[in-house]
Amino acid sequence: MANKKVIVTGGNRGIGKGIVLSLLECGYEVLATCRDASNFDFSHENLSVANLDISDDASVEAFRISVEEFEPNILINNAGITKDNLFLRMSEDDWNEVINTNLNGVFKITKLVVKGMLKRRWGRIINISSISGSMGNPGQTNYSASKAGVDAFTRSLAKELGSRNITVNSIAPGFIETDMTEGVLDQEIIDKIPLKRAGKVEDVASLVNFLSSEESNYITGQTLVVDGGLFMK
Amino acid sequence: MSEVLDKVVEIVCNQLTVNKDDVTPDSSFVEDLGADSLDTVELVMAFEEEFGLEIPDDEAENITTIKSAVDWIQNNS
Repeated sequence: MANKKVIVTGGNRGIGKGIVLSLLECGYEVLATCRDASNFDFSHENLSVANLDISDDASVEAFRISVEEFEPNILINNAGITKDNLFLRMSEDDWNEVINTNLNGVFKITKLVVKGMLKRRWGRIINISSISGSMGNPGQTNYSASKAGVDAFTRSLAKELGSRNITVNSIAPGFIETDMTEGVLDQEIIDKIPLKRAGKVEDVASLVNFLSSEESNYITGQTLVVDGGLFMK
Repeated sequence: MSEVLDKVVEIVCNQLTVNKDDVTPDSSFVEDLGADSLDTVELVMAFEEEFGLEIPDDEAENITTIKSAVDWIQNNS
């Protein structure tokens, strides 16, 4: 199947799982990763899974072989973590860990796939960012800095690779119902969202489907916001 | 010599869609053959693949002409 081989990092739960399931449903062949691949509680004939800790050089290096065998033409950089704390209480370790995973991890995994995309003259790179990266969020100086970095990375890489028919975009979800937002989502936040509800993982996954397809051919370097209207520029 | 040269010229012609007759050993990828910066990186990738070599980034930067590519490949294979 042409142009339908996707890598999804952090594909075992939350938004990543939603993305994987929806891509499988659309007929894509998916290689999904997470730190411990035994955590995948679902399976599919077109799904393969791999251990990958994007913050760990040795793990990324070990993953290289899987990438070369799989020959992906679509990459969804989804894996990410939070270590929230007020800035005054945030430790340097919490800062570094989030930057290292969310930003440096995107650099490392993207490096693994770009050469193949260049050769095949077709590619889609979709980075899962966050509205936190453009609107800011108290307690998330580390997380929002990492996501703003991902958005900027997206724009520069889009300019570098555009001539080779490789598009690079990021998706900035707002408040989506996942483990990550559990305990954060309250009525006060919902009231501020014009669509008056939290997002579902499917709301993000459907945009990933579109950006992965030929139909998004002429969209690159963008950060597309999926937040029910919470953040409007 | 000529075998490596022929291969290099072939790769360059394919990558940059230029005619063999327009290529000389002194042809510069960027100045004479219209390569952009990404082309030069892709050329190095293609050389690596064809000749089964790994060209370090700092040395790849100096491979800017047909001749420099041929020389590097011959000295390192």
